[in-house]
Amino acid sequence: MDLSLTEEQKLIVEMVKRFVRDEVAPLEDSLDPDEDTLPPEQFDKLVAKTKEMGLYGLGIPPEYGGPEVDITTNTLIAIEYSQHRAGLYAPCYGAFGGAGLAQMFEATEEQKEKYLYPTLRGEMKTFFGLSEPSGGSDPARAIQTRAVRDGDEWVINGSKLWISGADQADYGLLFARTNPKEGRGGVTCFIVETHWPGFNVRRIVHTLRQARHATEIQMEDLRVPHTNILGVEGGGFAIANDRLTRQRIPYAAACLGPAFKAHEMAIEYSQIRETFGAALSSRQGIQWMLVENEIDLRTARWFVLDAAAKADRGDDFRTEAAICKLVASEAAGRVIDRSMQIHGGLGVAKDLPFERWYREIRIRRIGEGPSEVQKHIIARDILGAGLR
Amino acid sequence: MAVRLDKSWIPLNDENVAKLAAHLGVYQLANDDGEILYIGMAGARSLFGLKGELKTALEEPPAGVTQFRIEVNMSYRTRRLELLQTYMHDHGELPAANTDIDANSIGRLRPG
Ligand SMILES: Cc1cc2nc3c(=O)[nH]c(=O)nc-3n(C[C@H](O)[C@H](O)[C@H](O)COP(=O)(O)OP(=O)(O)OC[C@H]3O[C@@H](n4cnc5c(N)ncnc54)[C@H](O)[C@@H]3O)c2cc1C
Repeated sequence: MDLSLTEEQKLIVEMVKRFVRDEVAPLEDSLDPDEDTLPPEQFDKLVAKTKEMGLYGLGIPPEYGGPEVDITTNTLIAIEYSQHRAGLYAPCYGAFGGAGLAQMFEATEEQKEKYLYPTLRGEMKTFFGLSEPSGGSDPARAIQTRAVRDGDEWVINGSKLWISGADQADYGLLFARTNPKEGRGGVTCFIVETHWPGFNVRRIVHTLRQARHATEIQMEDLRVPHTNILGVEGGGFAIANDRLTRQRIPYAAACLGPAFKAHEMAIEYSQIRETFGAALSSRQGIQWMLVENEIDLRTARWFVLDAAAKADRGDDFRTEAAICKLVASEAAGRVIDRSMQIHGGLGVAKDLPFERWYREIRIRRIGEGPSEVQKHIIARDILGAGLR
Repeated sequence: MAVRLDKSWIPLNDENVAKLAAHLGVYQLANDDGEILYIGMAGARSLFGLKGELKTALEEPPAGVTQFRIEVNMSYRTRRLELLQTYMHDHGELPAANTDIDANSIGRLRPG
């Protein structure tokens, strides 16, 4: 596989690199180290710039108004735009727009007008409500939230755990069981507005990550119009699966951004910091850490771009997406850890971004499918779909 | 962890502030009747953490403030947000001295 970039890709990558370095990173000098949003004036300025670059709405298909870039270019951008302190969970503080997991390809025209287009314009915020206290790895079996039809409406009861940003969202995709006798085919996806009676965000779930925090939500006789089903009744699992699979490539790419930055900082620091009369970089112990970083990063980048290229060709990329999510999240964790070590005490201080990356990257081995679930997906590909 | 902070109030004075450590976390300021007037945080950029924040509150107390309480918490941002959202749910507005926060930007919580 040829991993060299086209001239256009090189230009785009360079432009995004400069944007992050010159416009985004300097803002972080005066922000709380765990900040995930910018004051409106600063945010609007950044958005104006991404629009000027023609990259606003990244990840959104061009037919819905997203930029004309293929998945590979999108992936290259994601590796670049996450190379700053908040980059893992708030890349460029959201200045590239996009709809994340809440892209609604199955939406009716009415649903698109009401929900999708305002989201793509950055006017509405969303959540993705799949995981429950009963488990997130295997939602087809674990979902207990129940939706029961009542005339033109559905009445939903149950609870969801870990749902990112539900307290800030205007609406979200809520997956509920409409047929208790069926597993995958018994789950339906509903578009739910967060101000509706019966939709309750009970608490923030405090984790290692303060950006785009997780919440616990409870539905108590939440009434949802039948017209707010996304796709078809019983088609919810397929929607969740599709969104998670697509999302795995940019998710993996964004893991690599902070890791590349950490590695770059470690190389630089090792050349200027001296112990026992010589630069750290002259020590084989340090050189090997840098070499291992380099190998981890090159390997992970290769897997991520391989998955992206397959998706661009229109081939099935489910296994490649699982491989790249697994490899990139784990490799990035190791790279950040080694780079932190090379920085000594500074590595764990909140003065530098490593401690935030170190905490947040740990979540990437669990969020959107733990490493073991990615291995399960790959094993199914190797051993056949009969594997449970 | 309980959503609401229900520790006892401590008089805001030199002696009590001197006893505080420089931890990161959240704090509330109240009047004599225990009505919350301000919800704040001691984040990574606060000099001397909660001790520093409460010292500032002692030197320039918002109108009516006589008491405080703290919670040491490394998740100071999300915890402060949760306390603000809970106050908003209970009272329909933010604490009187939280003029540093836009009520429309904090999101919505309906704790049980
Ligand atoms: C900060 C944060 C934000 C999140 N945001 C969202 C969100 O916005 N929306 C949403 O729907 N979910 C969200 N999640 C949930 C996340 O997707 C789940 O945590 C994840 O899918 C794992 O589910 P679980 O926590 O219930 O673990 P479980 O499903 O109980 O699994 C526990 C562990 O068992 C292991 N395991 C599972 N299956 C297998 C297997 N087949 N073989 C071997 N080992 C296995 C894994 O190590 C796994 O970590 C978020 C989670 C976190 C931590």
